[in-house]
Amino acid sequence: MLQDILVTGLVNGGVYALLAIGFSLIFGVARIVNIAHTAFYMLAAYCFYTLLVKTGLGFLLSALIAVGGVTLFSVLCYRLVIEPVREHEAAVLIATIALALIFQELMLFTFGGHFLGIPSTLEGAVRFLGVSIPYQRLLILVVAAVMLAAVWFVLYRTRLGLAIRATANDLEVANLMGMNVHRVAMATVAISVSLAAVAGVVVAPVFVVDPFMWLAPLVTMLAIVVLGGLGSLKGSLIGALIIGYVEAITVFAVPAGAYLKGAVALLIMVIVLLVRPEGLFGVAFEEER
Amino acid sequence: MYWLRRGWAELRNEVFVLPSRTLVLIWVVALLALPVVYGDPYVMRILTMTCIFAIFAASWDLLAGYTGQVNFGHALFFGAGAYASALMSLKLGLSPWVTLWAGAAVALLFGFLAGYLCLRLRGSYLSLATLAFPLIALGILFAFPDFSGGELGVSGLRRLMVTPTGNYYVAALSMLAVVFGLWLLADSKFGIVLHAIRDDEVAARASGINTPRYKMVVFAISGAAAGFAGALFAHYLRVAGPSTLEVALSFQVVIWGIFGGLATIYGPVTAVFILYPLTEWLGSWGQFGELRLLIFAIIVLLVLLFMPRGLTPFVRDKIETQCPRCKQRNAFWKKICRLCGATLSGLDPKLQAQVPGAKRLVGHQ
Repeated sequence: MLQDILVTGLVNGGVYALLAIGFSLIFGVARIVNIAHTAFYMLAAYCFYTLLVKTGLGFLLSALIAVGGVTLFSVLCYRLVIEPVREHEAAVLIATIALALIFQELMLFTFGGHFLGIPSTLEGAVRFLGVSIPYQRLLILVVAAVMLAAVWFVLYRTRLGLAIRATANDLEVANLMGMNVHRVAMATVAISVSLAAVAGVVVAPVFVVDPFMWLAPLVTMLAIVVLGGLGSLKGSLIGALIIGYVEAITVFAVPAGAYLKGAVALLIMVIVLLVRPEGLFGVAFEEER
Repeated sequence: MYWLRRGWAELRNEVFVLPSRTLVLIWVVALLALPVVYGDPYVMRILTMTCIFAIFAASWDLLAGYTGQVNFGHALFFGAGAYASALMSLKLGLSPWVTLWAGAAVALLFGFLAGYLCLRLRGSYLSLATLAFPLIALGILFAFPDFSGGELGVSGLRRLMVTPTGNYYVAALSMLAVVFGLWLLADSKFGIVLHAIRDDEVAARASGINTPRYKMVVFAISGAAAGFAGALFAHYLRVAGPSTLEVALSFQVVIWGIFGGLATIYGPVTAVFILYPLTEWLGSWGQFGELRLLIFAIIVLLVLLFMPRGLTPFVRDKIETQCPRCKQRNAFWKKICRLCGATLSGLDPKLQAQVPGAKRLVGHQ
């Protein structure tokens, strides 16, 4: 059981980290609470399904097209829907909720409400410390690690990353220093949604694919982001692992744990917030701009 | 006779001078007269639900719009009210008229609890943390299915009234009472303090306002109103299920509140009265009905693109103008303020010259 907990926690933590870091990026740079974030994850899973099962493209090709397409689409949504109402925080909030609902209903209408099965990318399993780990889960772990490394590289080793970090730190000063903050925000949206899309593509064969698959990870992701501190990438990563393990422990070690796993994860978040209102690694925002 | 004349004068001088007040009057009269004129059970059913959700949306607005505590988990109070009244009426055999208040009281306690937990949180942290509360409650309910009925909820409750019209009147009258009560509260000194807390909490504290106490009281009041709506909902549908705690309901109330216009009380109520019957009506279109949530979301999105502050502030600015001097509102067809005589379109000097009263007063602006 211990091995089960270790492996499940790590794999789920990796997926959550992909989602939470993307969300954190958008929040840090553009102060958008993007409720539709996991809806893009769902869109990517459906895209992957259509390309793979319906049109019969290869795994790699369909994954690439799904991620690229969803990323482009998200930039389009940002330009058409979010950008015009950027000054009004409340309007941005429900615009993202409405977007998520639209995607959910479109998928429900096109594919129906039933679960879709997607064949595993890699068959078989490897035995490790007496527990069998399917290759698919290993793949999720590897992809998550690679994507996180790539994000780290973009943010800390490129000029775009510098601009993103500067904008997140202080939007007005970044603007005055000659950065095109609108373009930076757009690039951030693209990066963050592509992370969510990658997560959607790799988990599609393992988790269920249905039009409501965005709700459960949304709540978990929000809990992680708040737990780690809004806008903090390190916090999101560590929060994701904490929540991943907490969920795994609840499911495997507590009776009726499957019902309680969300509640326990959220309870941990609430407790952390009570002790440290800005989250584990959050910076207390002095005055929101 | 005197009272009649007095009433008519009040009506003419206070209500008919402003289009928005006239609209509110028409709405109240229509709401009360509808069952007499057109008592179709289906319409009654939709309107009863609309009234219940209007209470819920108005209570959210007091908390989120006025005080700035944007609560993403308002369904907690709705669900607490629904489950508390349902369990009390089933397990203790109390009359629905008692459990209605008991549900509101339990929700009030939940409001205090949530308020206490949220005292140190601000802005987005508060929104995202409150999102968790109803889900924690939901997880606990699912873990004890014997007590809560699990997925099916607590069913088999007694109704408040037997006839649809009776139920409608209960919902409509309590809606009017709660909404006008909240409106009065928000317009009072208490409401001004809430505005201050939203706009600048530090400044409010520096002015000697005990902001934690105010926030907790607002959480409790708002929770009690939402719990009352939840209890009404449970007794009307005769079931308190997990749907009363879902994320969807919490998001729904956020959509209603922002769509209607924040910090207005009447805004969210208007939004519910437009959006809820609209979705139900779309849902009745058979094949087309599957798209109702989609159409709902698209309408919300489009309206927001053109009126980012919400529907009612936009409409209100169209049909009324604010006097630049005394800040009173006037109907859009007025050229001079009905109270102080100042020119309303103060930018136009030609117009100003035509109005003798205003010319005299120009220097005092």
